[in-house]
Amino acid sequence: MSYNINKNGYYGEFGGAFIPEMLYPNIEELKLNYVKFMNDPDFKKEFNQLLINYVGRPTPLYFAKQLSKRHNTKIYLKREDLCHTGAHKINNTIGQILIAKKLNKTRIIAETGAGQHGVATATVCALMGIECVIYMGELDIERQAPNVARMKMLGAKVIPAKSGSKTLKDATNEAIRDWINNPENTHYIIGSVVGPHPYPDMVARFQAIISEEIKWQLESIEGSSSPDYIIACVGGGSNAAGAFYHYLDDKNVKLIAVEASGMGIDSGKSAATSILGNTGVIHGSKTLLMQTKDGQITEPYSISAGLDYPGIGPMHANLYKTKRAEFISITDNQAMKAGVELSRLEGIIPAIETAHAFAVLENKKFKKEDIVVINLSGRGDKDLDTYIDYFKL
Amino acid sequence: MNRIIKELDNNNNILSIYFTAGYPKLEDTCKIIKNLEASGVSMVEIGLPFSDPLADGLTIQSSSTVALNNGMNSDLLFNQLKDIRKTVKIPLIIMGYFNPILQYGVDDFCKKCKQVGIDGLIIPDLPIEEYLKSYESIFKENNLLNIFLITPQTNKERIKLIDNISTGFIYMVSSSSVTGSKNGFDSEQIDYFKRIQNMHLKSPKIIGFGISDSKSFNEAVQFSEGAIIGSAFINHINSYGINGIRSFIKKYKN
Repeated sequence: MSYNINKNGYYGEFGGAFIPEMLYPNIEELKLNYVKFMNDPDFKKEFNQLLINYVGRPTPLYFAKQLSKRHNTKIYLKREDLCHTGAHKINNTIGQILIAKKLNKTRIIAETGAGQHGVATATVCALMGIECVIYMGELDIERQAPNVARMKMLGAKVIPAKSGSKTLKDATNEAIRDWINNPENTHYIIGSVVGPHPYPDMVARFQAIISEEIKWQLESIEGSSSPDYIIACVGGGSNAAGAFYHYLDDKNVKLIAVEASGMGIDSGKSAATSILGNTGVIHGSKTLLMQTKDGQITEPYSISAGLDYPGIGPMHANLYKTKRAEFISITDNQAMKAGVELSRLEGIIPAIETAHAFAVLENKKFKKEDIVVINLSGRGDKDLDTYIDYFKL
Repeated sequence: MNRIIKELDNNNNILSIYFTAGYPKLEDTCKIIKNLEASGVSMVEIGLPFSDPLADGLTIQSSSTVALNNGMNSDLLFNQLKDIRKTVKIPLIIMGYFNPILQYGVDDFCKKCKQVGIDGLIIPDLPIEEYLKSYESIFKENNLLNIFLITPQTNKERIKLIDNISTGFIYMVSSSSVTGSKNGFDSEQIDYFKRIQNMHLKSPKIIGFGISDSKSFNEAVQFSEGAIIGSAFINHINSYGINGIRSFIKKYKN
């Protein structure tokens, strides 16, 4: 059994394309073309050139000496925070803007939570000279002001989503409505491994560069391409999908997905979907999601704007259900503490999303000889206000 | 015989009204249905509210939010409808997004529909492929029609597929848009209506989205067997309350 997608667009029982008929032609067009485009030699060449010369890949696999010493194990950091724009999100937006060009689309829309995907989308739109509209929850616009400013600087139009909890879920709803209203000229760049098939697979394939690099980098440093553990945070799950991708079917590698439990699992203010959710349909995909017993989607909470999504990608739902990955949830407090620890020990300020992955080091015992790779998915510049307020620095 | 099919056999100027169950007040559901029937409406779509209505514009988003805040849910709706067939004779359809139905259990939901006298379902985010794979037999066992949508972008082959598997009518979405975002039809839409008319489908068609006055209603029924009004009706209730229903419907019946 493979943990990757099957030919029907499902990971086990999760996935599919639960979309209104209005979106069928667009989704079908993508489904028929994405693999063909991605395998096209010219496409590959342009994608790889951009990853090298524009994004700055390969990103280093850095041995974190101080952190390793503190936690008495061997820790490597995959430095996605060093990508242009400050997070892994751009791997996907580079790929999708090239897809959009192939499909002759002249307008791009995207949703964003923390703003990293919005910035990465605005960036590639500027690069390619394509009109860009970003939907962002009104609450997220307030708490991620630096990223809003960056998107504007890059020429994107930022439209606040004012419905529901005014966060990522609602921004996604608004983006989907925009796509229904503009099906012909517009491509929707979804930022995570969520949404209707083929999005989860397409985004995972673009992010798979992360684990592709980890493999050869680790091989050259340690003489083996397989670590004992890979740890990544999961909101929708794009950085985790990329870090896990080439290890999905390698059972020697233990996968750890880290969710945000906010103020605590039972507090009513949490985003730990695997524990609090059950099977349902959100944004076109059958997956685990947080909902009432009546099937109304509930409002998630996390201190990090990139993790407060009420669902997880169908790949991750399947990894959870099959127990292929271990899911650990981390509170706001634990994440903030881990963020400071990494800053002080290694001189790297992580995004608060990413800090959740680092908090696992305090909460799980690793052996001294274990090789633990943590996907350092984003840098914390955008979160400085939150860190400073929190610690009264 | 299913009431929708019977109505389609006898009427090719169907006026169908959509409203959100539990809106404006929780207990308004049955009052609105009875009022609509008394006003001469031929069919009613009862909207089951959902927290994230992807295909809906602001009007139905807002009515859904209010209905949910009022406490509406599937169980309550079925409970409100339990005696509806003692008086109401016109076809009744439930329109709702898939997740609340999935949580209720598709099987149980369909059984309940049959029990209270629902004739069909419109589930915009349950695609044909998933329906055929997993749910068709459940619908049939419960004498429920599943109504599929086509849009200006739906290609010919898919329209033929939808025509083939449809047992009631085809819901013809008038434009590429969410609900309640356009008023009236432009020449491009009229061309689309003509194109579909010339396909001579076996299934009757009812046009929805963008119908907000008697002019657009009359235009729509030239190319179809009926038309559905949703957002315009809810906006009218917002301004005039449920006592204004008769005057609203009267405009369309002349």
